[in-house]
Amino acid sequence: MAALEVRGVSKRFGGLRALSEIDLRLGDAEILGLIGPNGAGKTTLFSVISGFLRPDAGSVHLDGRELLGLRPHLICRLGLARTFQIVQPFPHLSVVDNVMIGAFNRSSDSRRARRQALEVLARTGLAHVADRAAQVLPIGLRKRLELARALATEPRILLLDEVMAGLNPAEVEETVAIIRAIRESGIAILVIEHVMAAVMELSDRIAVLHHGELIAEGPPAEVARDPKVVGAYLGEPFLAA
Amino acid sequence: MRRLPLLLLAAALVIPLLVRSEYLIGTLTLIYFFAFVGQGWNILGGYAGQFSFGHALFFGIGAYTSSLLFVKAGLTPWVGMWCGAALAVLVGLVTGHLSFRFGLRGAYFALIMLAFAEIFRVAATNLDWVGGSFGILVPLRGHAPALFQFGDKRYFYYIILVMLVAACYGVRRLENSKLGYQMAAIRENESAAEGLGVNAYQVKLTAMALSAGLTALGGSFYAQYFSYVDPAIGFGPANSIEILLRPIIGGAGTVWGPLLGSFLLGGLGEGTRGLVKSYAGVHLMIYGVILMGAVVFLPHGVMGWLRQRGRRG
Repeated sequence: MAALEVRGVSKRFGGLRALSEIDLRLGDAEILGLIGPNGAGKTTLFSVISGFLRPDAGSVHLDGRELLGLRPHLICRLGLARTFQIVQPFPHLSVVDNVMIGAFNRSSDSRRARRQALEVLARTGLAHVADRAAQVLPIGLRKRLELARALATEPRILLLDEVMAGLNPAEVEETVAIIRAIRESGIAILVIEHVMAAVMELSDRIAVLHHGELIAEGPPAEVARDPKVVGAYLGEPFLAA
Repeated sequence: MRRLPLLLLAAALVIPLLVRSEYLIGTLTLIYFFAFVGQGWNILGGYAGQFSFGHALFFGIGAYTSSLLFVKAGLTPWVGMWCGAALAVLVGLVTGHLSFRFGLRGAYFALIMLAFAEIFRVAATNLDWVGGSFGILVPLRGHAPALFQFGDKRYFYYIILVMLVAACYGVRRLENSKLGYQMAAIRENESAAEGLGVNAYQVKLTAMALSAGLTALGGSFYAQYFSYVDPAIGFGPANSIEILLRPIIGGAGTVWGPLLGSFLLGGLGEGTRGLVKSYAGVHLMIYGVILMGAVVFLPHGVMGWLRQRGRRG
């Protein structure tokens, strides 16, 4: 059984079809890359899955359990966490306090939540800024903080919305390594990403959205050669490493 | 610095034994009192970031409930104050449900709270069995500790001091608890908090209940201290402003904010009164100007300013 199963999800905003009948499956501990031009509906799909947006039709199942209609905090408790493309830190709280909010998803004890938050900071390379206020972090680390907070909720499935946008190549490499390690721990990951080299390298499979429709799905190398994908998004054949 | 709270508490405990001045004891009693109700507001407005402009609602419920139960049923205000708190919690849950269920935030939440308080004020003014516009005079029975009445004002001083210390201690505990963290998360970014598993509706309702109960206890104390409450004193907008002013000036969302703000405003009010005795009302104008300055130049209150200095230094 797929860890996450999206079936026939459609969403309109007025006259705009943001998503039309999207089907997606995410296997256990799989990394699925979601790519496509701006406005293709990627973030809308994330918002539907994580309960921030109600679709007009379709269903979303986590381990066979229907998620549609549940509030975001319940979906998080069931084991699905997301990051936001536009980072949403708790600006005046320290980095470790930010991550503790995530850790409280599984624990009611402040000391235990703090310990767990510190562990997550170590795993995500943020330990050195634990006591800084989130608002003073540079954008690269703020993106990392989004990831750390979501990870601290101890999800089964993680939705990452452009956690590598705006990072320098060294930071991208670090983030790729962190995401790999997260998968190694058994978490399935759905990534939206525009940094092509990273998403091709990282993903087991790639799904391509265009104008709210799924136009291709498959292993990275295949998708990169697909003429539809090249025409809609990549522009020229992308040479997957 | 860690011992400072204990030193302050020790000083507060011995002052009435050393000083005979009724004026000083009375001034300090009111400073503690406003710090106490400010702390009540602070839980919802400061920590959870839900800015209520109508906390007189809960204050009035506390003051009216304990006074009515005493006048009509002879129930001692020691018990009546808890009935008032329970009723305030109930009203808080209803107003909270109506506000939060429909996603009222920011200015809209502030105004709906003002509206609720106004409904109670108008109702209290028009209902004769709660005293109408005249209000309720708590009948005096001389020195009767069992009835929350004392011949010596110093008793009130110690009672509100105990209430204040308990409230500050409780808020300090709250600050470091899961609930406190979740309240801060909602204040900072509600959607992000929900995405991380925080049940924002439930946390805000809990904050509302705690805040309402605490503020109502303050209202009961006030009614006993002055032996009087009327619709404007209890439920009026001026009272709502008094309640939120101290935590805002001192630093909303901090344990010490309400107390610091209360000392500053208390000192300011008494100071300006002393300076311009001969011109009635002038001290209020000066008071107002200083308040505006504080809000403009200290957006995070005095605590915020102190912290910023501490970081730089």
